[in-house]
Amino acid sequence: MATIQEPPPAVSIARRNGGVGPLRTAARIVIEKIEGAFDAVFAPGWNPWYQLGALGWFYYWVVLVSGIYLFIFFDTGVIQAYESVEQITHAQWYAGGVMRSLHRYASDALVVMALLHLVREFILGRLYGARWFAWSTGVMMMWFVYASGVSGYWLVWDKLAQYVAIAASEWLDALSFFGEPIARNFQTERTLNARFFTLLLFIHIAVPLFLLFFMWVHIQRYLRPRVNPPRGLAIGTLLMLLALSLAKPALSQGPAVLDQVPSPVGLDWFYLTLFPLLEYVSAETLWLVVIGATAFLFMLPWLRRRLPLPVAAVHLDNCNGCGRCVADCPFSALALVPRSDGLPFAAEVTVTAARCVSCGICAGACPTATPFRRKSDLIPGIELPSAPITALREQTMAAAGRLRGEARVIVYACDLGFDWSLLEGEGIAVVGVPCVGMLPPAFVDFVLSRRLADGVLFTGCRDGDCYHRLGMRWTEQRLRRERDPQLRQRVPAERVATFWGGVARIDELRQVLRAFRDRLRRLPAVKRRPLAAGGEPVPEVEAVHE
Amino acid sequence: MNRALRYAGQAVVYVLFALGLGYFSDSPSYTPINPGQALIKLSFVHAGARLHECRQRTQAELDALAPNMRRPLDCPRERVPLRVRLELDGHLLCDDELPPAGLAGDGSAAAYRKFVVTAGSHRLAVRMRDSPRVEGYDSELETTIELDAGQHLVIDFDRESRQFRLF
Repeated sequence: MATIQEPPPAVSIARRNGGVGPLRTAARIVIEKIEGAFDAVFAPGWNPWYQLGALGWFYYWVVLVSGIYLFIFFDTGVIQAYESVEQITHAQWYAGGVMRSLHRYASDALVVMALLHLVREFILGRLYGARWFAWSTGVMMMWFVYASGVSGYWLVWDKLAQYVAIAASEWLDALSFFGEPIARNFQTERTLNARFFTLLLFIHIAVPLFLLFFMWVHIQRYLRPRVNPPRGLAIGTLLMLLALSLAKPALSQGPAVLDQVPSPVGLDWFYLTLFPLLEYVSAETLWLVVIGATAFLFMLPWLRRRLPLPVAAVHLDNCNGCGRCVADCPFSALALVPRSDGLPFAAEVTVTAARCVSCGICAGACPTATPFRRKSDLIPGIELPSAPITALREQTMAAAGRLRGEARVIVYACDLGFDWSLLEGEGIAVVGVPCVGMLPPAFVDFVLSRRLADGVLFTGCRDGDCYHRLGMRWTEQRLRRERDPQLRQRVPAERVATFWGGVARIDELRQVLRAFRDRLRRLPAVKRRPLAAGGEPVPEVEAVHE
Repeated sequence: MNRALRYAGQAVVYVLFALGLGYFSDSPSYTPINPGQALIKLSFVHAGARLHECRQRTQAELDALAPNMRRPLDCPRERVPLRVRLELDGHLLCDDELPPAGLAGDGSAAAYRKFVVTAGSHRLAVRMRDSPRVEGYDSELETTIELDAGQHLVIDFDRESRQFRLF
């Protein structure tokens, strides 16, 4: 039985996050607890916390489609702008009115998703190393999100639009970019003209298109980025927006009257929070704060000293350019290029060091990364210098040596900063890997066919939220024999288990381990093979499984 | 958790999210000025006079210039800053010097000031100096205004008539 231990010390998780300290570690545990509750309700596949980016994309498309519809009926003009929006809202409430509400609420939901996505990625430490690109482009995207939303509120030309137009232009005027304060455009009715609304409409179309471009750039360095939420979640959230649109339609707040101060106004706090602050701080100070915060967030990936991550190394002597590692790399750090060493293969693999996150998933995809080869030859086509396949084999052997009793299990666990050795006890030994996706399925075959253990269990991040994006997915597919390199047919499936629970569900993992070992006990016993000196199993001609 | 319970849980999450979206999309309302108050905005753009008068270049100066630059008059571009003073019921609201725009200081100066005041009758006095003089003002307006609650009164300056106007 596994020894029941106290929860792991917080510092182990903090180490994973680069030693930031207990605050972010505590936040991470809280997040995992909350998201765990959502797992129970939505199931990991639909958990909205794992789909924040994809939901952002989804809301963007809702905003775009509803915006195109509104554009058809919108009229640019000081009077016409308000009147056309009123017409859209009331005369065709069932279509235009709903579209207007969808436009607003999807925009609000988009900013919520973007902010939650930003905070979550920070807490989970997914911004360092090669991930700086997605992080920094994401930070810059927020400017386009807000500019899109704020410019949209001007177009309605109701009291809220009047407040927003004046507050925003006064704030912009503080930059002194414009020869004449643009806030003077909203001074009196006679200073406002229809051309200004044409310009605003152009801005409100152009800025979201720039946003779309940045969204595309944002995901460029990811293999198979999540840009579409699962269908069930998409339907659920669309129904929610529709219901909200019908229950509380977005309405104008009366026409703008420039010789009156629009007060009070119903602010959209998702987009307009900054403007009331101008009552308390100067426009220049607010610019400094906002630009400073943006610069700080943008630079965050480089603000902390981190040890350089080891980059995957290609051993051309053992690489035939099959491309499996290229297909599996979640961060598009690998590419196939023409062969350079004269060997009779068409291609070889190259590594873009700046994109490598040292997950080792490439090694897990390499058909040559097999522990069955003799130790002296254990150099696969690609592997992590810091966690070579040879070392993984040795760790596996050492783990097998620690196992005692019956229903022996070797656990392969992602390095989440959790001290997995706390799980160890009689019958359980743990081998840590940077990502479970690094483990070639041949290791399972190796462990079971050499009778080093009675079962193998994989554990690591939470289901649907792999730290290295695709490690768990590839592992599951390899174990199900759906993806190369596949688990060999001879490996008995009942002796292999997975549990994806992260660091917040360790107790559950212990229960799973207990249940797994009970299952193993009910299976026919596997005769243990003696270990020779040095931990090597005594060679046997044929591996037998029941 | 069984399916019905899960769907019920999802519905609760959607409802809570929708409530949040619906509420914060226009609530709580914000009050830029309190009831019983009005806003006076001093806002105009005006170019002050040239800081220095044009003068005739000497022949020696003209000879020193390239042939295509030999304009007989030397007119420095720099303009004087505007001096603006606004009083309400004898109380000074602002007394500002507004520098001309542009690197060479040859552009118009812009005034944009906001004052929240109580509604009602007030005595307003606004004065501006836009010439190199050091004392007195070149334009001024003194009048009694009646401000309604929530009114937005703009004090502008008409460049043609060189007079302040209220809107």
